[in-house]
Amino acid sequence: MRKLANFFTGSLEKTIGLILFIALWELAPRAGWVNSTYLSPPSAVVSALIALLKSGDLIKHLLISLQRALVGMAVAVSFGMIFGLFIGYFKKIEGYLDALFQSFRQMSAFALFPVFILLFGVGELSKTIIIFWASLWPILLNTINGVKNVDTLLVQSAKSMGASQKFIFLRVILPAAAPDIFTGIRLGGSYCVMSLVAAEMIGATSGLGYLILYSQETFNIPDMYAGIVGLAIMGLGINYALKLIEKSFSSWKQGVAVGE
Amino acid sequence: MSKIQASKIHRQFQVNNDFGKKTKLTVLDDFNLQVREGEFLSILGPSGCGKSTFLNMLAGLDKQDGGQILIDGKLVSDRSFDRGMVFQGYALFPWRTVLENVEIGLQIRGLEKKEREEIARYYLAMVGLTAFANRYPHQLSGGMKQRVAIARVLAYQPDIMLMDEPFAALDAQTRETLQLELIRIWEADKKTIVFITHSIDEAILLSDRVAVMTARPGKVKEIIDVSLPRPRSEEIRNSSEFAQIRQYAWSLIKNEVTKAQGLQESIENDQGRIMVQPILSLQQKFKDMIQKRIGGHNEKIG
Ligand SMILES: Nc1ncnc2c1ncn2[C@@H]1O[C@H](COP(=O)(O)OP(=O)(O)O)[C@@H](O)[C@H]1O
Ligand SMILES: [Mg+2]
Repeated sequence: MRKLANFFTGSLEKTIGLILFIALWELAPRAGWVNSTYLSPPSAVVSALIALLKSGDLIKHLLISLQRALVGMAVAVSFGMIFGLFIGYFKKIEGYLDALFQSFRQMSAFALFPVFILLFGVGELSKTIIIFWASLWPILLNTINGVKNVDTLLVQSAKSMGASQKFIFLRVILPAAAPDIFTGIRLGGSYCVMSLVAAEMIGATSGLGYLILYSQETFNIPDMYAGIVGLAIMGLGINYALKLIEKSFSSWKQGVAVGE
Repeated sequence: MSKIQASKIHRQFQVNNDFGKKTKLTVLDDFNLQVREGEFLSILGPSGCGKSTFLNMLAGLDKQDGGQILIDGKLVSDRSFDRGMVFQGYALFPWRTVLENVEIGLQIRGLEKKEREEIARYYLAMVGLTAFANRYPHQLSGGMKQRVAIARVLAYQPDIMLMDEPFAALDAQTRETLQLELIRIWEADKKTIVFITHSIDEAILLSDRVAVMTARPGKVKEIIDVSLPRPRSEEIRNSSEFAQIRQYAWSLIKNEVTKAQGLQESIENDQGRIMVQPILSLQQKFKDMIQKRIGGHNEKIG
């Protein structure tokens, strides 16, 4: 009983900001502080959400967005990890490429979008590429760093036991760099969602970003907010999934103690 | 035939000198040492004299610039299954459990999981860590970590064990316990051990022979035969023979420590660390420098 009560007060403490925000959001248009044409109250947004769910539109746009996000991420993760491991391992290469990477990283994916459209058209390819570009850099740079910062004592220890290069790479460097790689992947995940929206707002006919922009253009404001909420939920979902994967790979950090 | 035969070893490193210019630092020069099969040999020397550098060469982690090292009559190769190293910094793999850490050398040798585990558990028991098999390194104390590292080396049965100041980072109590454990383990199967230390007491307690090194550039100054009886126990520290050897070792190393003092710290004798002698003339000079500055400052304020 005590535990249950603690649980509720605990969750209350964590969500109190959110609850207050929703209350204020509901109140503002109703009390006439803000023009309700521009700011739909949450109650209206929820009914819009339900209507969109019933019609199947929300799921359709969500799935398309999710697919784009996952494809872009998958390419960025494989590319970023493979090159990152390679570049980090051969420290010399890293020196040659560092300045180039640092400038590329600073180049906003949004600024480059027109270039991608010029080169690859307005179709799916340029959408995937913008997502890829945005999520690639944190993954690549964190992987390089992770490999570079592997404790040399561990490598020496493995070498002194007669380990092969392959063993050292797969069983020492890779696991030692894994925490950094995951930090990069999670950062890449949030960049991915951001760039996804931008990609879907230019020359798209589907996806949550399109739904938001289209609803705004057709003055269907509750739908617009419903799309925004849907997007937020998707972002949270991706972040949560990445956290779960990360946790399963780094359980040793929590350290399960068995047998005293 | 000697197990290890190092002759005329020369090693220098490129370093930045005080002015940031690249210069060569000669760490080992004309270093000669022979280690017999099955003996416990300690290398005793002041900090920075090149002890680790030499051990790394034996382990295949570094290469000399001149001279040659033979192990079993063959040149040292960088990949070999018959050497095992215990580092001062433990070098445990943080993502592996204690058991998996002990298994790693066996995994490198291609043993099946079941065989690995059986062997690893045996050596974990030997160092008294059976109950901690499923812990991760960060959950262990320094002494326990070093026990894991020792079990790891024992588990894959190297011909030669190389130990680089393995107990230097531990507190006195733990260190003594581990020294006695090491004696017990070594006396049981007498593998060749090359043990590095900067503690005279530790060297004498453990070894058959102690190679005393000079300050940098390091070479072997003299080898002391430690003819104390075995099996050895704690009490041997209080014997008069022990005191005599300690006295003699100290007389050998004293000058080297003084020479090395300008560079780094020192050697331990039985009373603990010998601190760097304060250089009074320098201290006076620094005082004057500061005084001058403060004096000048005060004038300005005034
Ligand atoms: N890779 C390296 N590059 C430059 N200098 C080194 C390197 N390794 C060791 N040294 C220098 O060589 C000297 C001897 O080092 P080391 O063998 O570690 O001494 P110790 O006897 O304390 O183990 C030290 O002055 C150290 O700074
Ligand atoms: Mg050293």
